[in-house]
Amino acid sequence: MTLHRTAPAWLALAAATIMGAQTALAAQTSITVGMQLEPPNLDPTGGAAAAIDEVVYANVFEGLTRYRADGSVAPALAKSWTISDDGLVYSFTLHSGVKFHDGSAMDAEDVKFSLDRARAEDSTNAQKRLFTGIASVDVVDPMTVKITLSNPDGGFITNLAWGDAVIVAPESIDAAKTAPVGTGPFTVSRWVQGDRVELARNPDYWGDAVALEKATFKFISDPTAAFAAMMAGDIDAFPGYPAPETLPQFDADPRFRVMVGSTEGETILSTNNKAEHLSDIRIRQAIAHAIDRQAIIDGAMFGFGTPIGTHFAPHNPDYVDLTGGSMHDPDRARALLKEAGAENITLSLKLPPPSYARRGGEIIAAQLREVGIGTEIENLEWAQWLEQVFRGKDFDLTIVSHTEPMDIGIYANPDYYFQYDSADFQGLINDLKLASDPAERKSLLQAAQRRIADDYVNGYLFQLARTGVANAKINGLWENAPTQANDLTGVSWSD
Amino acid sequence: MLSYILSRLVALLASLAVASVVIFVMIEMVPGDPAAFMLGLNAAPDTVAALRAELGLGGSPVERYLRWVTGMVQGDFGISYTYQVPVAELVAARLMVSLPLAVMALLLSTLIALPVGLYAASRRGRAGDWSVMGITQLGIAIPNFWFAMILVVIFAIQLRWFSAGGFPGWDAGVLACLKALILPAVALALPQASILARVMRSAVLEVLDQDYIRTARAKGLSHRRTLTDHAFRNALIPVLTIIGLQFSFLIAGAIIIENVFFLPGLGRLVFQGITQRDLIVVESVVMLLVFAVILVNFMVDIAYGIADPRLRRQ
Repeated sequence: MTLHRTAPAWLALAAATIMGAQTALAAQTSITVGMQLEPPNLDPTGGAAAAIDEVVYANVFEGLTRYRADGSVAPALAKSWTISDDGLVYSFTLHSGVKFHDGSAMDAEDVKFSLDRARAEDSTNAQKRLFTGIASVDVVDPMTVKITLSNPDGGFITNLAWGDAVIVAPESIDAAKTAPVGTGPFTVSRWVQGDRVELARNPDYWGDAVALEKATFKFISDPTAAFAAMMAGDIDAFPGYPAPETLPQFDADPRFRVMVGSTEGETILSTNNKAEHLSDIRIRQAIAHAIDRQAIIDGAMFGFGTPIGTHFAPHNPDYVDLTGGSMHDPDRARALLKEAGAENITLSLKLPPPSYARRGGEIIAAQLREVGIGTEIENLEWAQWLEQVFRGKDFDLTIVSHTEPMDIGIYANPDYYFQYDSADFQGLINDLKLASDPAERKSLLQAAQRRIADDYVNGYLFQLARTGVANAKINGLWENAPTQANDLTGVSWSD
Repeated sequence: MLSYILSRLVALLASLAVASVVIFVMIEMVPGDPAAFMLGLNAAPDTVAALRAELGLGGSPVERYLRWVTGMVQGDFGISYTYQVPVAELVAARLMVSLPLAVMALLLSTLIALPVGLYAASRRGRAGDWSVMGITQLGIAIPNFWFAMILVVIFAIQLRWFSAGGFPGWDAGVLACLKALILPAVALALPQASILARVMRSAVLEVLDQDYIRTARAKGLSHRRTLTDHAFRNALIPVLTIIGLQFSFLIAGAIIIENVFFLPGLGRLVFQGITQRDLIVVESVVMLLVFAVILVNFMVDIAYGIADPRLRRQ
């Protein structure tokens, strides 16, 4: 920018504003973060779109508890809590002096309102099941709230850390879709729909002040455009970077830092357990042995991803590596198919839009053909996928990443789209709900992982990786994604 | 002239009515439930039902069609399912990007194409003509998204004169906005200018073969004056047709360029609306685009009348 040296100062200033102030001042206090999808609205309690939480979680809205970067759950608006001996009554003590962005105080009434609203009859909370175990929410005094459950639930504190469980105020919730009012360290200052959301530091924040004064989330869906924006310096960090094939280029460039972390996304070859051939466990097992996970990770994900043998995140301390039970073994697959009398079957393979599904689907189709299973690939949009596969259960195989944390419980629902109905497994999950002793929970969770692996419910492929790029001077971004979030509270620039 | 305008106006209204039915029927047939899409995989069926009720998705198709059309006539385009704001507001915001972009690209392409086409025609069969024909052939052949990416690599990544994309919003200043639209406008204008220059050239050539041109030359008018005074104006009819078509294309058809430069334009709004099953947005925007195309055609018809007075009497 030669302009800076030759033009008068005001012109240079104007130019700097126009160019998005690329000139790095000492200790920069603003950040521009790239995201692939734009949130449809900014109310985390009223929709499932991950992009909502990726903007507002921890930044704008806070819950009683929260996820930390390492996946552990920490207190947030609740200072502390006690649990009754029978595991039914949770008594939360709130932080005092907490204010919503509109200046009103956050107290036990707001907590009651938020939780009652989420579990109400006409609630449109996408994760309503998190709250269905609540029997009542009672205000003890302004800083104390008592939650009574109908059954003990060892995962309740974790449930409250979800973005869908944040605390909102009755006065401002109606406008939350476009003008969210939370308690977090940032306020939403502007939303240019289709382009970006701007956050500004909340000067009245009750907790530790954040280092950033301004944060902008910019929405770039095209992978090539994301690459260009990163290279041109328009974007400081792109935590969910959509073009992993270009990561080596960033890795070699000292201006950038490449982050490879794990997510909660178990990517699976979902199998309709009630479909004609697939109700036979031998055929499901044959499919499992026909799959070469590493080939899919290398071919579809550019090598990013961890093989899994069950529906559980490998970074979780309770994970059991069960990949051995479904090793790539085409001969074994062919033998199983022969035994089942299904040597020339054709299955439908319906693929939603993400590249893990579309690219992975081609590879899996080839691998299945190796052992004599034909596939009819059909590419679907998400809305069609939801209608045909998820709701209509009209499919044999599909590929999808289940991104909710700790969601092994979905296997206990016989109506869930892969239609796995095992009394044994349902019993395990029931026991788990009642268990609060960590050792007991661990053994139950591991038994559950083994059960679905031994039943070859689905083809377990890999844990979705989160690949990101950031300016090398930025510290404090999450590497892993224990929940869908871009927590900027700990982010700062080094000089 | 007045009866000419009136007859065009009746044709305009009839086209709109037919278009509204076609659009509604087509979009009604698309499978997929907006509420299920918004709530994702873990939603309970009663939650989806609650949201459907909240969005007003009930009622028979005929009822919904009538509600939609009567709303539109009164200027109410409905509320977007996903964004929960009036569709009119969304569209207006997107037009603030798409319209200036289309105008810029069109101005650029017209300003380049008309003189170049005229020049090529005046140098028929000679080196100047051949080079214009070669360059414009290249301009048509190069895909505009590829050209756009080359522009980004050179001007955003290497030279850092421009941002790689995005739109600052008009309150950030007119200058900043125009700057953000320059690369996309150039990328859009290149193929349009190439087509237009070729149309201009052949139109002028056709006129140059007419008897009155020979007469003009014979009475001693210079080659240049013949071109500017007689050939140019008479060649404008086909050129206006193409400009009209190009403008409608630029408003809605810039979706690929909008993606490359991540501009929040109308094309991307429609695309998002389709994937998210925000049907009300899709219906209304498509209707609006149909209206725009028909309106532009109407204005081109009027412009014919101005450029060629003979047409008014037909």
